[in-house]
Amino acid sequence: MSSIVSYGSYVPRFRIRAEEIAKEWGENPENIKSGLFIHSKSVPGPDEDVLTISAEAAKNALRRTSLDKKKIGAIYVGSESHPYAVKPTSSILVEALGLSYDIHSADYEFACKAGTAAMQNVMAMVDSGQIENGIAIGADTSQGAPGDALEYSASAGGTAYIIGKNGFADFNATLSFTTDTPDFWRREGEKYPSHGGRFTGEPAYFKHVLTAAKKMMERVSTKPEDYDYAVFHQPNGKFPTRAAKMLGFKDEQVKDGLLTPYIGNTYSSSMMIGLSAILDKAESGDRILGIAFGSGAGSDAFDITVNDRIKSFKRKNAAGVMEQVNRPIWIDYATYVKYRGKIIMRGA
Amino acid sequence: MSEVPRFWRESRHRYRLVGTRCPKCDTLYFPPRVICPSCRRESVGKMVEEEMSGEGEIFSFTVVHDGLEQFKMQIPYIMAIIKMKEGPLVTGQVVDCSPEEIKIGTKVTATLRRVRAEGKEGIIQYGYKFTVTP
Repeated sequence: MSSIVSYGSYVPRFRIRAEEIAKEWGENPENIKSGLFIHSKSVPGPDEDVLTISAEAAKNALRRTSLDKKKIGAIYVGSESHPYAVKPTSSILVEALGLSYDIHSADYEFACKAGTAAMQNVMAMVDSGQIENGIAIGADTSQGAPGDALEYSASAGGTAYIIGKNGFADFNATLSFTTDTPDFWRREGEKYPSHGGRFTGEPAYFKHVLTAAKKMMERVSTKPEDYDYAVFHQPNGKFPTRAAKMLGFKDEQVKDGLLTPYIGNTYSSSMMIGLSAILDKAESGDRILGIAFGSGAGSDAFDITVNDRIKSFKRKNAAGVMEQVNRPIWIDYATYVKYRGKIIMRGA
Repeated sequence: MSEVPRFWRESRHRYRLVGTRCPKCDTLYFPPRVICPSCRRESVGKMVEEEMSGEGEIFSFTVVHDGLEQFKMQIPYIMAIIKMKEGPLVTGQVVDCSPEEIKIGTKVTATLRRVRAEGKEGIIQYGYKFTVTP
């Protein structure tokens, strides 16, 4: 059975508050804070992108393990904001992380669940004996058009999982649920995504997240009270809180994995970074339900149990999620649009 | 002229701070040297590549107010000479902090960042920069 051998996350230090965005567009920030449950979001620096964020997340994962890097047989990176349209992020990472050239690698895309699709592929390769260990990364520097509701949530961050045998957290099961749903898309060459308004909530997020969660609990014969933690894809703070409630989870099972209110929606890293924050404090025997969601649309579900090897796992060798969340550099809207390339520069 | 071949040749040095060590006098060089300037012909063909930890401290620094076009987004930005834990002095940009946070002796850690891009269509060059160690 495959398991989590190590993990690491990276959150850019720059942050912008909901008030700062709302004041430019004549909106009431309280509506965003209480309605969407988003107080602030992370912003990538002008020299950061999915490659640099993936590299920092993976380096944090490698710092926490003594695993021989030459025993990593695959690296997959899920994102909807890869720096190149054609040239893999994963091949640059092979060199940037000093991995063996004898490695399977590819970039994945499935809106916000490309990273968990990468996790499932690494798990399958480990379970089938094709590789001993592999790295699955979810990272994004997500886009939101100026003045669009997405501008409050579309943020940046990344998480890497090293998956292999004999790790500290076992995958008991994984499953996916996929349908053709027109809730969110970005056409080739377009700078900003579009969303299908009323498709966003019930037909997309809730249908897929709730179905995947229910199917998983049915498959492994569990109830919400059997889990110590549950973490959901979090496009805002409101959706995962409501999904948890509808499924019968209590606030204390969900609060440690809920990061969007402070760092926004890190897209491909969204559920993965929530899981990372949970693993920062999980103890042996803890059971975790993780449900990712990607527009378009689909959900990946994971049932995970932490084992005794967590006691000797070197968590402190890298900065935890909350340590990074709590080191913000606050920026104003002008700096934000400059960093995000939303103003036209000479020669651009 | 495109710098793609040069950056490709140097990518592991720029991505991971890979230097070369002279096996005779045990000195680590960065940027890498093919010959040790002290041991000269005795080091020919014997220099060994070695990746540095990325940890170091500010040896000296300056704040750039009139910078290169490529770094315009970050003005004022900090350029520093970093004394690496392994010995070499490395010149690099210190990012994600204000000049007030930097002093001689401040501990820094290497981070991989975009350094420049060849226009909108060309290759993106990545390399090391430094951030203040928490």
